[in-house]
Amino acid sequence: MINQLSWKVGGQQGEGIESTGEIFAIALNRLGYYLYGYRHFSSRIKGGHTNNKIRVSTTQVRSISDDLDILVAFDQETIDLNYKELHSNGVILADAKFNPKKPEDTQSSLYAVPFTEIATELGTSLMKNMVAIGATSAILDLDIHVFEEVVREIFGKKGDQVVAKNMDAINAGFSYTKEKMDGKVPTMQLEKADGKHRMFMIGNDAIALGALAGGCRFMAAYPITPASDIMEYLIKKLPALGGAVIQTEDEIAACTMTIGAAYGGVRALTASSGPGLSLKTEAIGLAGITEVPIVIVDTQRGGPSTGLPTKQEQSDLMAMIYSTHGEIPKIVIAPSTVEEAFYDTAEAFNLAEEYQCPVIVLSDLQLSLGKQTVEPLDFSKVEIRRGKLVTEELPEIPNKGYFKRYEVTEDGISPRTIPGMKNGIHHVTGVEHAETGKPSESAANRIQQMDKRLRKIENIHFKTPVYKNAPHEEADLLIVGFNSTRGAIEEAMDRLAKDGLKVNHAHVRLIHPFPTDELLPLVRSAKKVLVVENNATGQLANILKMNVGYADKITKFVKYDGNPFLPHEVHSKCKELF
Amino acid sequence: MATFKDFRNDVKPNWCPGCGDFSVQAAIQRAAANVGLEPENLAVISGIGCSGRISGYINSYGFHGIHGRSLPIAQGVKMANRDLTVIASGGDGDGYAIGMAHTIHSIRRNIDITYIVMDNQIYGLTKGQTSPRSAVGFKTKSTPMGSIEQAVHPMEMALTAGATFVAQGFSTDLKELVALIEAGIKHKGFSLINVFSPCVTYNKVNTYDWFKENLTKLSDIEGYDPANREMAMQTLMKHNGLVTGLIYQNKEHPSYQELVHGYSEAPLAKADLSLNQEHFDKLVAEFM
Repeated sequence: MINQLSWKVGGQQGEGIESTGEIFAIALNRLGYYLYGYRHFSSRIKGGHTNNKIRVSTTQVRSISDDLDILVAFDQETIDLNYKELHSNGVILADAKFNPKKPEDTQSSLYAVPFTEIATELGTSLMKNMVAIGATSAILDLDIHVFEEVVREIFGKKGDQVVAKNMDAINAGFSYTKEKMDGKVPTMQLEKADGKHRMFMIGNDAIALGALAGGCRFMAAYPITPASDIMEYLIKKLPALGGAVIQTEDEIAACTMTIGAAYGGVRALTASSGPGLSLKTEAIGLAGITEVPIVIVDTQRGGPSTGLPTKQEQSDLMAMIYSTHGEIPKIVIAPSTVEEAFYDTAEAFNLAEEYQCPVIVLSDLQLSLGKQTVEPLDFSKVEIRRGKLVTEELPEIPNKGYFKRYEVTEDGISPRTIPGMKNGIHHVTGVEHAETGKPSESAANRIQQMDKRLRKIENIHFKTPVYKNAPHEEADLLIVGFNSTRGAIEEAMDRLAKDGLKVNHAHVRLIHPFPTDELLPLVRSAKKVLVVENNATGQLANILKMNVGYADKITKFVKYDGNPFLPHEVHSKCKELF
Repeated sequence: MATFKDFRNDVKPNWCPGCGDFSVQAAIQRAAANVGLEPENLAVISGIGCSGRISGYINSYGFHGIHGRSLPIAQGVKMANRDLTVIASGGDGDGYAIGMAHTIHSIRRNIDITYIVMDNQIYGLTKGQTSPRSAVGFKTKSTPMGSIEQAVHPMEMALTAGATFVAQGFSTDLKELVALIEAGIKHKGFSLINVFSPCVTYNKVNTYDWFKENLTKLSDIEGYDPANREMAMQTLMKHNGLVTGLIYQNKEHPSYQELVHGYSEAPLAKADLSLNQEHFDKLVAEFM
């Protein structure tokens, strides 16, 4: 019996590789297993190698695994590109159709199963994926009926006959593998899962759900990988709440329309990835100086320019903190799990309204697109706080005086009225302005207003600025990361503990303003610090050095080949330091 | 009820004496009063340039944004609060150069706002460079040998893009301009009003006198029918776009707000932001 398994299906893009993985994963999720899926795909619709690697475990996992137990291959390229991940007892299940060849330098076994032939005999070669699921089930000794519900949900619209045919295909794959290969194929039996029903979702789903829960009722966005899911989800769900999504003509319109909507008084969102964020930067500056509460999601992908649009990277960090000309108050938060993506996005709308500034929810491709089992979300934790939004009736201001929307206050946050409010009229402009919003170039006013705006975020309250797993008062090593590297770091931590090293882990959740006070004691008390990040220049390491100091003990561990960190990579790098 | 004076504030415009934009400002104030608005229910959203300052000179909610983006901001405001009257405004550089994409897509989208372009065929605030509305041969600091690019024809372009309300005014004809802005505000959908608003400082060709000589009033053309799109296009082409009045209006086409699925009848700005647990559980169940 094994308590976890790693399974990968690969072939040409457009061949149904994604749905094969999806059916397999959903069925296992419903049995109570924890799943973690990561798709390797290209920026094209048809053709090119694609694969879906799915980890199945009886406990929660947040990283792809180092190795592979089963590789399902629909072409030779899948074998050639992926066989090295297989461990020595690993199995390749390949379609007999392409006469699969096993590479010489692997101890894993290859079994040719006529996926296409069996499917064609049953009616259509399209069902070869189902045959492959059946073959996998034979190795796992799974009852194929676990797939029935999912198959019915996916193919039910096409009629009972299609559902039955697909189940037949799974059955045929199962029987063939069991009968024809009986005794030859090793079985890998998974420990029974707890049978609990849990959500199975990508980070983008959680972001979108968090937005809904957080009171977002308007979104303006432009399609881009890997952020479009957020818009697509809200397009489906906002109408039931009276809200709307507009797909704009470009990223600039998306951001400025969001600003207009937020100024108009609705909680508004825009979401994009690096190229879109580059285009939004002037507008972000506008939201900063006009103090309009907008929420922007950045799902990082490989940059610069078009870069690696379907690959993992964390290279927008500096840009999200600094981009836009001039200096503005801005909050950047970075969820590190799907659960946090939900809570953080909901909270982002509170932060935006409380501090009246743009809030960026920073995600990355692995977090946004990795499909995984998620622990139940506690809806009661979601609050709606609207800060200094004026709700009571206002007294008339004599002589048509303007409302002091930018009143200089102790905390820098001014009362906010929205269009339609009587006696709340004020001007809003990206030009430097006085308390009523009317333009002013006076030096004294400039200093007052700049200080007021920047003062707002000096003491922001964010519940978990740093996720800490720091059991050691004096650690040999502190590992620091942000966003989706959390899973790989956590697994490396377990291994390092077994190696006898005292290791602490800090995952930065509030990127800006930087939580120096939270990190300083951890850095100070550690002998060495390793910053793990998916970029080339060590952006987080540099920010850490800049804010916390101790540059001599901080080492960066970077990866920028487009792939997520694997636990063994983090483990080995840490070992190297000692 | 508010009068046009209620839409005045104490800010002194920094436009040059004689600038056409003064009349546009006055026309907006009069039209707002004429349609029965209160200052707090009007939002004027403007771009960057001399004309972009207009939102600061009207006693109403006003948002002076970034160059070329008054339209997406204005559409966002309207989506947030459909009870507001939203006017976007700016110059020809704002709307037909840097913001051209938004102009075309706002026309296609047909959200119920009014867009007033103060068209002076020149870049004024940056002290006299060519604009997309400058004629071929027009000499400016950036085209010392004369412009070699074709001018944009905004009215024809709007008709082609599917506009439901297209009008053109001249800043000295205040009566006509007020009527056009009123009609634009009342129109259910996107209304584009291009206003010839001469720049007395940097445009020595397209002057008040030049417009008086060259403009034709559509009301003077016998049988002109603003419901006839083909006639509108032919008339524009015949007069090289130099006409004033209501060029085209389609009263049948529904606005974006009427078409967008599920969109709340009440302003989103007043929406109850909480989800109930039952609704949330239903959403969660879809991921199980």
